[in-house]
Amino acid sequence: MSAFAIWSMIVIIGLGTFLLRFSGLQLLGQGSMPDWLARTLRYVPAAVIAAIVVPAIVHGGPAPGFSLDNTRLLAGLIAAAVAWSTRSVLATLGIGMASLWALEWFAGNLP
Amino acid sequence: MANEQAAQQVFKNGLRAIAPMLPGVVPFGMTTGIAATEAGLAPLMSMGMSLIIFAGAAQLVIAQLIGDGALPLIIVLTGLIINLRMVMYSASLAPYLGHLSTRWKAAIAYLLTDQAYAVSITHFMHAGVGQHRQWFYMGTAFPLWVLWLLATAAGIWLGAAVPPGWQIGFALPLVFLVLLVPVIRDRPSAAAALTGGGVALAAHDAPYHLGLTIGAIAGVATGVSAELALHRRRSSP
Repeated sequence: MSAFAIWSMIVIIGLGTFLLRFSGLQLLGQGSMPDWLARTLRYVPAAVIAAIVVPAIVHGGPAPGFSLDNTRLLAGLIAAAVAWSTRSVLATLGIGMASLWALEWFAGNLP
Repeated sequence: MANEQAAQQVFKNGLRAIAPMLPGVVPFGMTTGIAATEAGLAPLMSMGMSLIIFAGAAQLVIAQLIGDGALPLIIVLTGLIINLRMVMYSASLAPYLGHLSTRWKAAIAYLLTDQAYAVSITHFMHAGVGQHRQWFYMGTAFPLWVLWLLATAAGIWLGAAVPPGWQIGFALPLVFLVLLVPVIRDRPSAAAALTGGGVALAAHDAPYHLGLTIGAIAGVATGVSAELALHRRRSSP
């Protein structure tokens, strides 16, 4: 891909993202939005964040897929439990990464 | 003078509220810088992405898609779908910040992130709102922006120096797991998340790298249907 094509994409996505971020504040002001739109938008964060997280855990590592070699599966489950119970970024990050490294070490992938 | 001091105090309250979120941003931003470099982006492009797009998950996925040679149209579409949730954030901040000048709203919009939104909306809803509420938001949003630029720069600079065995890319799902918890509030939103994650996983090998987009659309459709079904059941005798 040419440098021009990449810069164009960055600028287009950047402008589009700004408009998405600006739209609610500007268009709604202090008013309310149509029911169908509110109802649709209500489920966007849960659906999008889950669609990012699940494949990143299952297919993101060096041993993708549902196999015992994929240490991200178990580390991800542990991290999900920590996230659910603590809602803490620090705890989830710390325990999640530590679990991954411990499992990798156990599997003989780390020195 | 007293006014300025009050605004400063509110800004500091915002800083204090966002502080626990900040450590997660560093590995996340570094991963984004490393991923952009690995995808073949020049350092200036990677920094341009952080400054112009300023949205971690989108940047990371965009870098992966560029590295995989996806079609530009698909890359733009996927990036915007990932950031679509910002419309909801922006709309739900409107009752608190919608009265401000356009210049203020533009600054608020540019700096809008999952973390700044989550912390600010919780504060506005529970602690109430004062005269300088926009400064509370700025206190949460501005440090994230500074840290994001520094962390991506560090990732670009370190590049391959971080051993791949550390898998610091795992920081992305970890940070987003924490953001997922508060948005699952009821059964329809749980259904939206389960479907979004499940379908995105099943569609991982979908053509044109559309897996995430298909998962997101399926998740939203499920959430809306579940809500409508729940209403119908409640309103029927």
